[in-house]
Amino acid sequence: MSERITLQVARYRPEKESEVHFESFELPCPKEWVVLDGLNHIKDNVDGTLSFRWSCRMGICGSCGMLVNGEPKLTCATFLAEYAPGPVRVEPLRNFPVIRDLVVEIGDFMQKLARVKPWIVRDAEKPLSDGEYRQTPDELENYKQFSMCINCMLCYSACPIYGLDPHFIGPAAIAIAQRYNLDSRDEGAAERMQILSEHDGIWGCTFVGECTKVCPKHVDPAGAIQRYKLQSAMEWVKAFVLPRAAQ
Amino acid sequence: MYVKRPIEPMLWLLFSAGGVMAAMFIPMTLFLFGVAFPLGWLSPTPYSQLLALLSNPLTRVTLFLLCSLSLFHWAHRFRYTLYDGLQIKHLNEVINGACYGGAVLGTLIAAFLLWRVP
Amino acid sequence: MKQDTPYTPYHPRWHRTRVSTYWWLERRSYFLFILRELSSLAVAWFVVYILMLVSAVSGGDETYQRFLGWSRTPFALFLNVGSFVFVVLHAITWFNLAPQAMVVKVAGKRVPGFLIAASNYAGWVVVSLAIFSLLLIWW
Repeated sequence: MSERITLQVARYRPEKESEVHFESFELPCPKEWVVLDGLNHIKDNVDGTLSFRWSCRMGICGSCGMLVNGEPKLTCATFLAEYAPGPVRVEPLRNFPVIRDLVVEIGDFMQKLARVKPWIVRDAEKPLSDGEYRQTPDELENYKQFSMCINCMLCYSACPIYGLDPHFIGPAAIAIAQRYNLDSRDEGAAERMQILSEHDGIWGCTFVGECTKVCPKHVDPAGAIQRYKLQSAMEWVKAFVLPRAAQ
Repeated sequence: MYVKRPIEPMLWLLFSAGGVMAAMFIPMTLFLFGVAFPLGWLSPTPYSQLLALLSNPLTRVTLFLLCSLSLFHWAHRFRYTLYDGLQIKHLNEVINGACYGGAVLGTLIAAFLLWRVP
Repeated sequence: MKQDTPYTPYHPRWHRTRVSTYWWLERRSYFLFILRELSSLAVAWFVVYILMLVSAVSGGDETYQRFLGWSRTPFALFLNVGSFVFVVLHAITWFNLAPQAMVVKVAGKRVPGFLIAASNYAGWVVVSLAIFSLLLIWW
């Protein structure tokens, strides 16, 4: 006989209310269930109007991010049994506007992601006849960690700076910019530096480090940002000391 | 390479250098002069030895760098704490002026006092 | 008490939570972060204190002794003991975060984080011992 667990789920239906409130659901808790399974159980058997995003169920699509007991987590990767008998509080991601129930508006993030030019930027493409761009394992190692981002936005939820100032470009956007800056095939570092060396860019970050703590893919966005700051400072020193060489 | 707001990297470098200096030099110094000597755990450095130490140009330069960089470290960090922690962004110019201005002033005072050591 | 929320099918009213002024009390990690940031005040106080000491030494043995006397007052002790705790917090958090901020490569291989932190701590010990011996050993 499996245990039971209580889920306190945030509900927000704009057509009937103007505030978020919590509803309690009691459900079975098989030991292999994750929070997402619990939510799907509620939707299938108890209240079909519960709205939430999910897709792959295996921690790669980045859709199911929510706050579980106040912590940003992927609900497909968080086991219910760890919280039994509960109650477990499930809320939409912090720092984003809530559209309905557990669904948040992510347009701001999508726009910021596009702003940092997350693609290989080259002055001139190699003609196809010249063959492929070659990269050694060491060159891959330089940026591989930052390429693991699944855009789940848990880091934005954890970042107090983003909460206080929604203009802040945010951890994932800067990490993905670094992923391309450090890619040996890319030549766009200067362009990205222009975009990111503003107050909403890397200089807004105060290295709280929460983003790295909650990242399910161990991308370490905080490290990416600090290294970017160091890089920017080194560029400044070079420009200051050898102004001709910097041009 | 053109960067927007070129002053930010410089301020961050000062903050970082100050952070390293502060972390390395302040704990033991503050422990001795602020805790151990006043509480009588250790007897304070005799005047003649301290004077000899302080009049040494190497000591004075190190102490000057320590004071100046530590003040810039404080200025940068405190500015962000006020900006974020208290959410008083509208006082941005005032905060920046007070913090970095304070650091500049402190640097000048440190230079003067260290110069004055006989 | 429910009001009629104006809602049209095409423009849903998004719910935005205001960030509280006490956001930093809501989670332990945020609180520790703010403590770390406030340690900069302790650093600034140290600069004031050490400059007071330098000024006292410049004035002669008498002013130096008077300064030492003042440092024994409860007010000064309270300030200095508190600042000492915060300065140590600053040092520890600084050295622990250093590996995240820089990538050091030796002979093509990345130096592991704990070695960077360890070398910082080692430097701290060396500097502290140097200060201790300069101030307390009669050369």
